[in-house]
Amino acid sequence: MPEITFDAEVDITDKVCPLTFVKAKVSLEELEEGEVLAIRMNDGEPVQNVPRSMKEEGHQVLKLKDNEDGTYTLYVKKVEA
Amino acid sequence: MPLTDEQIERYSRHIILKEVGAKGQNKLLKAKVLIIGAGGLGAPAAMYLAAAGVGTIGIADADEVDLSNLQRQIIHGTADVGKAKVKSARETINQMNPDVTVNTYRTFVSSENIRELIRDYDFIIDGTDNFPAKFLINDACVMEKKPFSHAGIIRFKGQLMTYVPGEGPCYRCVFKNPPPKDAVPTCKQAGVIGAMGGVIGSLQAMEAIKYIIGKGQLLTGSLLTYDALTMEFHKIKLPKDTHNCPVCGEHPTITELIDYEQAECDMK
Ligand SMILES: [Zn+2]
Repeated sequence: MPEITFDAEVDITDKVCPLTFVKAKVSLEELEEGEVLAIRMNDGEPVQNVPRSMKEEGHQVLKLKDNEDGTYTLYVKKVEA
Repeated sequence: MPLTDEQIERYSRHIILKEVGAKGQNKLLKAKVLIIGAGGLGAPAAMYLAAAGVGTIGIADADEVDLSNLQRQIIHGTADVGKAKVKSARETINQMNPDVTVNTYRTFVSSENIRELIRDYDFIIDGTDNFPAKFLINDACVMEKKPFSHAGIIRFKGQLMTYVPGEGPCYRCVFKNPPPKDAVPTCKQAGVIGAMGGVIGSLQAMEAIKYIIGKGQLLTGSLLTYDALTMEFHKIKLPKDTHNCPVCGEHPTITELIDYEQAECDMK
């Protein structure tokens, strides 16, 4: 499967809930409609919550990739409300 | 300007909200709100706006902190008695949030100074406790095309409404003229339950915040009343027709500001 191309990336592995989502959301707000943000996050709580919160805001979750080092990368396409 | 990491953390509960986000928080940080009266209403309004990160808060008040203020004016403390209210308020806000610039005006608002005072601000909060000031603020905001929140509190009751130019009646549309002086008790003579300022002043802050972020419905065209004893809120629809109003109507007869006389006991 081809790698997803993205327009910006953000690392939220240094944050805990709810700042994980908040930091990702702030980065996504800086993008244009249709652009893709790659969000690197820790396994556990962020993987549970960040994709769900992104969907709730109306954005399109493209893929959650296991980096096999205890972190995941979530690809989110920005959809303007 | 991008938010700093510290700001992202400080305002995280705002940024999470769909209606606010980083965009709304930036609007708050750029906004300028003037609070006239640092008393029962102005104190909680100023504190919630400061905590929310409203970037510039102006406070106008000529008085000094009195021991009898402390039962409701929570921006001032016991050690502030005798201090100018604007100074005491600024000190509290500076402690709360370094993102806020506080402009202080140690003055009574009058027909001479009010238009210039409000010109620089995006939203005005009427936190005064007397009718002459309320009509003055209304007329000045109509003339300068500034949105403002009116509120009044007495005993166990409170009320508020919001004026936005072109979007509904002004305070004078509804209340016409100040009552004859000494005909109506002010909160100084009648008393007021301290938490009433907290309820109504916080609602004024809420209106300012919603106006700034551009979300939700404001109390334009409605008067919200609150009775603490019966624990009832009423939202009263106000007449839509503004064209006969002497100040905001089509042919205004009030084109100069009026300094109404204040009741004797309200003068210091
Ligand atoms: Zn009017």
